[in-house]
Amino acid sequence: MAVEGFMTQSIFKIISNTPLTSSVYKMELAGNCGDCVPGGFVNIALSGKFLRRPISVCDVSDGVLTIIYKVVGDGTAQMSAMLPGKELDILTGLGNGYDLADSGEHPLLIGGGVGVPPMYLLAKRLLAEGKKVSVILGFNTKDEIFYEEEFKKLGADVFVTTVDGSYGIRGFVTDAMNSVDYTYVYTCGPEPMLRAVHRAAKTSAQLSFEERMGCGFGACMGCSCKTLTGYKRICKDGPVMRKEEILWED
Amino acid sequence: MGRLSTTLCGIELSNPVIPASGTFGYGYEFAEIYDINCLGTFSFKGTTRESRFGNPTPRIAECTAGMINAVGLQNPGVEKVISEELPRLAKCFNKPVMANVSGFSVEDYAYTCEKLDKEEQVGWLEVNVSCPNVHGGGMSFGTDPAAAAEVTRAVKAVTTKPVIIKLSPNVTDIVSIAKACEEAGADGISLINTLLGMRIDLRRRKPVIANKMGGFSGSAIFPVAVRMVYQVAHAVNIPVIGMGGVASARDVIEMMMAGACAVEIGAANLINPTVCRDIINDLPAVMDEYKIENIRDIIRCV
Repeated sequence: MAVEGFMTQSIFKIISNTPLTSSVYKMELAGNCGDCVPGGFVNIALSGKFLRRPISVCDVSDGVLTIIYKVVGDGTAQMSAMLPGKELDILTGLGNGYDLADSGEHPLLIGGGVGVPPMYLLAKRLLAEGKKVSVILGFNTKDEIFYEEEFKKLGADVFVTTVDGSYGIRGFVTDAMNSVDYTYVYTCGPEPMLRAVHRAAKTSAQLSFEERMGCGFGACMGCSCKTLTGYKRICKDGPVMRKEEILWED
Repeated sequence: MGRLSTTLCGIELSNPVIPASGTFGYGYEFAEIYDINCLGTFSFKGTTRESRFGNPTPRIAECTAGMINAVGLQNPGVEKVISEELPRLAKCFNKPVMANVSGFSVEDYAYTCEKLDKEEQVGWLEVNVSCPNVHGGGMSFGTDPAAAAEVTRAVKAVTTKPVIIKLSPNVTDIVSIAKACEEAGADGISLINTLLGMRIDLRRRKPVIANKMGGFSGSAIFPVAVRMVYQVAHAVNIPVIGMGGVASARDVIEMMMAGACAVEIGAANLINPTVCRDIINDLPAVMDEYKIENIRDIIRCV
């Protein structure tokens, strides 16, 4: 009597796998991705690697899952060399995802680096609900920028920041926050960015966290963290946490 | 009894496959994807007297054919396990469950085991004297025959259900510890817990895991586990549960030939959540291949 509507293990077939920058790749996969949510993730088995690789959901539509990943080690390097037609064993439906009900009429979505992809499906869903969506995409430098056009095509108001000022607004994502009048904040990115957004946000917010994971589905307690509402597993109770429950540890 | 059935301390199991403690939560995460009643039983998350957060993160490091964890016995404490986890488990599992217990003193072990022993759902107590990830407890009881025997006696004095002592491989002579537990009244032995290991992040020049060291598990440790199960099963007269790197039906058969009457599966659950169900389904055909009529016939045949 397995409970329906949670994690699924299935085989996906790669449709495309193309570089967006020198180290960031976009992979489209055909398979059963009906349980993927904005802010959720999938966990991919790779040959020769003991643990799966958790990657955030960028988009889902009509049986096509899109993920965007950065090559940071052997596993993601192996992924970057994969050709269309290859099959992958993937756990889907992982993570709690963002709660869209809190957005208000003008949600602000903030993604930094590889924290950008989860903002895409979220923006798409919020726009479909008739919200006015603003997006801030933060990168270190011009060469690292991806998906600016894709967010514009969705109909979002897009701001790009670069730390070195080589494109868009010079500085951090927080330097662009004052240009927007927003009702709620959704964000994903490196922890220093999350801390800065947490401080700067004038409204409530949902933040997505990262941690080294064992299983990705709540069994091993490898990715636990302390929050103001108790111990949480980043993979199962998160990765999305509410601003009010976050406990920053030094 | 069916072809796959086996007996563990007087209780019949429909098959020898048992997800190991710490890799199966309190069961219901896995009930999301398959009916866990197909299992022989499972050993639930290591439970202590008080609730524990465990160690700081990162707690996980990947290795060739394995992983290191230093979770540090995170659990809600025995009261909440009884009031919240067991009722939730009852909705998806209708067999006796193995209660895994850890502690920081002999009194802790006895207190927690006495509480869990009274729970109808609990079939066996698996007493972990081998957790490598906590200080001042766990493994320190499992690396000394006298201390392991003392824990065994204290638990046996306050319980009625079969007591299985889970041993650490991080010792020079595992047989002497197993024998000490048997003499102290243990009803069974399970082994091996994880091997103490460590990885270093080359870029940061620091250990990958915040706790520096952790327990190494996964396929890589299978030969070590088979050897120790063989040694212990040939030295004691109580049932032995084999575990350590088991990931296939063939591995289960190998463990049983070495001397195990049932087999626990740990790290493999974390990468293939249906592995235990898959192994149970695979066993009959693999048994045919090796001309095994009933799986219990091969126990300790080597």
